Amino acid sequence: MNQTVFAPWNDPKETPLIQFKNVTKRFGDFTAINNQTQDIFEREFFALLGPSGCGKTTMMRMLAGFETPTEGQILIAGQDMANVPPNKRAVNMMFQSYALFPHLSVRDNIAFGLKREGKGADAIAERVDEMLRLTRLEKFAQRKPHQISGGQRQRVALARSLAKAPKLLLLDEPLGALDKKLRQDTQFELMDIQEKTGTTFVIVTHDQEEAMTVASRVAVMDEGRIIQVATPDEIYEAPNSVYVADFIGDVNLIKGRAEARPTEVAEKIQPAETAPAKPSGPTPKPKIDGPQPNEMGEWLQNKLLFPILGKRTPQPKQLPPPDPKTETIKPAQPVAIQPGGIALHWTEGHTPIIAANGDPSVAGEQVTLALRPEKLNISKTKPEAPNVLSGTVIDIAYLGNLSTYYVELDNGTMVKVQMTNARRIARRDITWEDKVWVSFSETSGVVLRG
Amino acid sequence: MRRALLIAVPYLWLIALFLIPFVIVLKIALSDVALARPPYLPQLDITGGWQAITSFFAQLDFENFVFLTTDDLYWKAYLSSLQIALFSTILTLIVGYPIAYAMARSSPEWRPTLLMLVILPFWTSFLIRVYAWMGILSNEGLLNQFLIWIGVINEPLTILNTNTAVYIGIVYTYLPFMILPIYSALERLDDSLLEAAVDLGCSRLSAFWLVTVPLSKNGIIAGCFLVFIPVIGEFVIPSLLGGSGTLMIGKVLWEEFFSNRDWPVASAVAVILLLILVIPIILFQRNEQKQREAEG
Repeated sequence: MNQTVFAPWNDPKETPLIQFKNVTKRFGDFTAINNQTQDIFEREFFALLGPSGCGKTTMMRMLAGFETPTEGQILIAGQDMANVPPNKRAVNMMFQSYALFPHLSVRDNIAFGLKREGKGADAIAERVDEMLRLTRLEKFAQRKPHQISGGQRQRVALARSLAKAPKLLLLDEPLGALDKKLRQDTQFELMDIQEKTGTTFVIVTHDQEEAMTVASRVAVMDEGRIIQVATPDEIYEAPNSVYVADFIGDVNLIKGRAEARPTEVAEKIQPAETAPAKPSGPTPKPKIDGPQPNEMGEWLQNKLLFPILGKRTPQPKQLPPPDPKTETIKPAQPVAIQPGGIALHWTEGHTPIIAANGDPSVAGEQVTLALRPEKLNISKTKPEAPNVLSGTVIDIAYLGNLSTYYVELDNGTMVKVQMTNARRIARRDITWEDKVWVSFSETSGVVLRG
Repeated sequence: MRRALLIAVPYLWLIALFLIPFVIVLKIALSDVALARPPYLPQLDITGGWQAITSFFAQLDFENFVFLTTDDLYWKAYLSSLQIALFSTILTLIVGYPIAYAMARSSPEWRPTLLMLVILPFWTSFLIRVYAWMGILSNEGLLNQFLIWIGVINEPLTILNTNTAVYIGIVYTYLPFMILPIYSALERLDDSLLEAAVDLGCSRLSAFWLVTVPLSKNGIIAGCFLVFIPVIGEFVIPSLLGGSGTLMIGKVLWEEFFSNRDWPVASAVAVILLLILVIPIILFQRNEQKQREAEG
């Protein structure tokens, strides 16, 4: 595999396709976009994610040319867009409501933009056929928009906006009107089409799952500002603020005061005792009662004599005895904990939470530890782990593949713990009102200021 | 049974208020004028038994319809009515569409007020409003006084008692019927459609022709029929604002009926008028039905 990772934002030689330069947009005395600078690169699938009213749609409408920035500059392919009207931009938009022309057939909808370019009828027909094939709409070409389903309308809208082969395609909540199953299918279709056409996509959505699925980079926005721009995994695993951590996915936020931990000495490691224990002699062979038939005897009994003797119950196949050299012995307790990072004093009378990946420079400050529910563990016996908190199960949400346990810690803090339901529900041993232990490693959480 | 009753109500209404009057008018149209009260013959006398009824039907004939073809006044009046109706419908559309467009594009809090202003003239009598136009358009009227006062003209323009006055009166009176259906079509128009058109390379003007006009087509057609159909038979406006040269079938009908007291000929004129109107009424219904199907 010599596939290079697509990350033009890390390459200083790459020139961005879109440049927002100190862009501010005000509507009256309401500031929709507050002095934002952002680059978007060619072939990127860039998601603007945020709650309604955060300014993401304004960003997109400025790219399309329906709004002009109050201050600052927007450059597309190096050209200042200030005086370029929407119909002169190599930018097309897929509208939230699809905005299909109800009086035109699917074919004429797709051809609409091409006809405005004044191309020949043959060239238009060819391009429209290509778009119909790409979006698998050949059968519906002659239908009117009200005669096709929501998913097909969505594809017509996509085909229409792609027909002119724009440098940049804007998608405004493109999948909002579809039901969940169709939305998931369509997300992959979108990614596929984006890859096939090589067009730069900018998508606006309030659905974080959608943004995470489709985008190469996600910009999380709030109140006219971009809070963080990063790849989906980075946004999820390493949010830069409590806002981002809270907005993306489920999270437990534990507030407390940070204290620096020693960086060199590993506190609890007990090296000598953790050496692997030597196995005591060769493992005895499993004991089998009575004489054993050979292959021929077995065949005779099973094939010829079984009406009299009955079939032989097959002996369980024995695994070879474990090789003492490769057998790893679990280190003796307690576990080794990485040094460094911070300790979080979160409540009186409890051992501080260890966050070895915390930035020691926040020592002495109020910080928040963001813990993803799926990175926590729940058990009825006290486990050996760097961080162990005790609590009571208040509620269990059974989601089929997952169960979310709502655990009230001793100081009243509620935490969510998500466990995969590897076992059938009948065999679940944790139930309501149980005393449980919530444990997690020293690097599970993310320490955030504030 | 309940269903039959429910359906019966509109049918009874139609029979009582449309079919029976039409049959009476048709009967008069087939009768002969007479110095009597009512001024036509024969009269149906059911007490005379079967023979009276057969002799009654024997006396009916198409004489009056034949008469309409012998005098060119009538077909000229029909043609002139159609022409005036056509031109005034076009004029009303030209005046009404921008008003409806401006109303639909205005901010939502202004729309009820603007709608109110369009409907407001209906609150006063139609006759009074037409008389008011006489006051405005006459030689000593407000318009002429104003134009002389600002120095555009030296002598008063003769507007009253010409076709121009008739057109002004018709456009003024029927404007709301044109505005309202167009407004309702334009109000439903999704702004994002225009944005999509511009996004796909249209100028504002071509977006208007390619998106706004086709999507308000049903409103335009409905408005045009709502103006065209009643204007053909219009009588008050041409008789009050028009001059002797203004020939409209409604006016002819009025004169036959009240001045000449020739009820049979007047009825024949009315029957022909109705037959002429059936065509645009059917077209109008078709349009409405198509629109409902498209929405359904």
